[in-house]
Amino acid sequence: MREFFAFVRKEFLHIFRDTRTLLVLIGLPTVLIVLFGFAISTEIRNVNVGLLSSDGDLPVMRLMEEIDQSEYFTFKGSYPSEDRIEEAMRRGQIDVALIFGKGFSSRLYSPEGAEVAIVADATNPNNASMEVMYLSSIISSYFRDDMVMAAMMSPSAGYGSLVPNLKMMYNPQLKSSYNFVPGIMGLILMLICSLMTSVSIVKEKETGSMEVLLVSPVKPINIVLAKMIPYFVVACVVLINILLLTIFVLKVPVEGSFFWMILVSVIYIVLSLGIGMLVSAVVRTQIIATLICGVIFLVPVMMFSGMLYPLESMPAALQWFAQLIPAKWFIEAMRKIMIEGVPVRYVTNEILIMTAMAVIFFAAAVMKFNDKLD
Amino acid sequence: MEVSGSENSPIVIDSLVKTYRKNFPPAVHLTGRMRIGRGELFGIIGPDGAGKTTLFRMLATLVTPDSGTALIEGMDILRDYRKIRTVLGYMPGKFSLYPDLSVRENLEFFASVFGKDIDVNYGLIEDIYCRLKPFEKRKAGKLSGGMKQKLALCCSLIHSPSILFLDEPTTGVDPSSRRELWDNLAQLKASGMTIVVSTAYMDEADRCDRVGMMKAGSFLAVDSPADIISGFSRKLFSVRSDDMFRLLKDLRSIAAVDKCYTFGDSHHIILKTGIDAAPEEICRYLTVKSGHSGVVVKEIKATLEDCYMNLEER
Repeated sequence: MREFFAFVRKEFLHIFRDTRTLLVLIGLPTVLIVLFGFAISTEIRNVNVGLLSSDGDLPVMRLMEEIDQSEYFTFKGSYPSEDRIEEAMRRGQIDVALIFGKGFSSRLYSPEGAEVAIVADATNPNNASMEVMYLSSIISSYFRDDMVMAAMMSPSAGYGSLVPNLKMMYNPQLKSSYNFVPGIMGLILMLICSLMTSVSIVKEKETGSMEVLLVSPVKPINIVLAKMIPYFVVACVVLINILLLTIFVLKVPVEGSFFWMILVSVIYIVLSLGIGMLVSAVVRTQIIATLICGVIFLVPVMMFSGMLYPLESMPAALQWFAQLIPAKWFIEAMRKIMIEGVPVRYVTNEILIMTAMAVIFFAAAVMKFNDKLD
Repeated sequence: MEVSGSENSPIVIDSLVKTYRKNFPPAVHLTGRMRIGRGELFGIIGPDGAGKTTLFRMLATLVTPDSGTALIEGMDILRDYRKIRTVLGYMPGKFSLYPDLSVRENLEFFASVFGKDIDVNYGLIEDIYCRLKPFEKRKAGKLSGGMKQKLALCCSLIHSPSILFLDEPTTGVDPSSRRELWDNLAQLKASGMTIVVSTAYMDEADRCDRVGMMKAGSFLAVDSPADIISGFSRKLFSVRSDDMFRLLKDLRSIAAVDKCYTFGDSHHIILKTGIDAAPEEICRYLTVKSGHSGVVVKEIKATLEDCYMNLEER
């Protein structure tokens, strides 16, 4: 046991002496979280709204005030004609415009109903459809209150049309960070655990120190296990770092059980360590280990884990392939626990599959491990 | 020297063969049985690519031989390799300590790998380590070549092995550090340790009890340096002139010359068996027939390197 701790201590020294790598390991997740959380967001912000309203309708002006108060829209001002609105849109002064028909507020309470047109600059179709959706939901909810009041006062009149009531479950503000956080966790933890462990084991092979270690009474498998403990610790630190950033900076609430969320992450960390161990048992050079972990493992994690593209829209063959990606199961489980907040029995599948994968990887690594040089 | 035929030789090597790739000549191809006695300092001498490292790795249980076997302290390198690893000290050719750990940390780590404290066997490494002591806090990667080798030696000695394998410990080390290292080995040998050391430098072989001269995977000769030299029965001359390059060509064209090779700042020639000549005769021949000036011919005693060059041809 003393031998084992000597190894663990040595590995920690390696990690702490290599401050640059350590900084990257801790800094990279921070940067990614901040980038995906703020900069690369698919949310809409600071949308400029123009107005065409023939008469200074009081309800319309109140509506515009409300729109202006929302954190997504800024009311830019009124324009006299549709041509002016188009001109303003071309100049980039406004992104979206509301055009109210003549006598809007009076017709609102009439059986024919009133009309409002939402005109959006669709150069960015994603943004345009989101702007339209947001605006229509604001408008309808605003007038619904009015109409309900009116209906109560004179129930005989059958006015008020059917207004669709949209509800975005689990992510009412459509924040992209809800989607990205589990994905980034899957990516970063895989990177630290598989890449760093395999590289540090293969490094010993490359520099020749493995030769000396093998010709010692230490059980060779302990050499490898001792490598994992420090990276397990680093991975846990990164996990906590990501969670803190997510909760306090991105303000994504953890809906489900904290305990199960951590447990799922730990299973995934162990699974990734197993992958790193298997890679290190098979390859001989650091560059090959880096390529295998970096290209063969990370790229599929990005592509097939549902982090960037929805799996459901892929061809069946690729969907089958995606089932083999460990990160896919982790990301799914994290989404369910963290965002949807479902009880753990709905993620037993994911947990069992990840555990099975971890067992397979470790078994393969132990079988492949060679305590000789050839 | 204690070359024993007894059963308790710490190292018995029995016709080890190792081929790395098919259709390639074997890296090591030994025939017969060879014993290395307790407390012996055995040198394996040969140029790069002679198979020294492969032989070491097989003896250190790191590489499995294709055929043949070896016994280390009576234990088979194939079956009992785990047990062998507890009695062995092994220092590979490449610098294989951790450059980002300090001198002291390296030593502590290797001691605890073997479940030992530094203090227990400190006496064994004291003479070597005292030179490293001032640099204890320095990172191993920042040491000079000689210092690195000293530290590596300390690390492979810290668990007090009964057998020590050193693969080219003096390669890339300055002459004074080389001498110190051989002094250290002599001390260790005096304490009863069996030491096998390989080197590409012939001049170091004199420090060994016995040497095995290795070439292309097999031993050309295994004997004490003195016996190898006294077994050299041919006449050997050292030849110099003002035009050394042309001299080599001219010497090789003489019918009576069996072998001619450059040796330091002169050429050495061996005459064919049965032909005898005085140095003056050769000198006159070279001056008159080949037109060389400043010719100096001396009959000399063979060194190990001369023996090696001659053994090669067999």
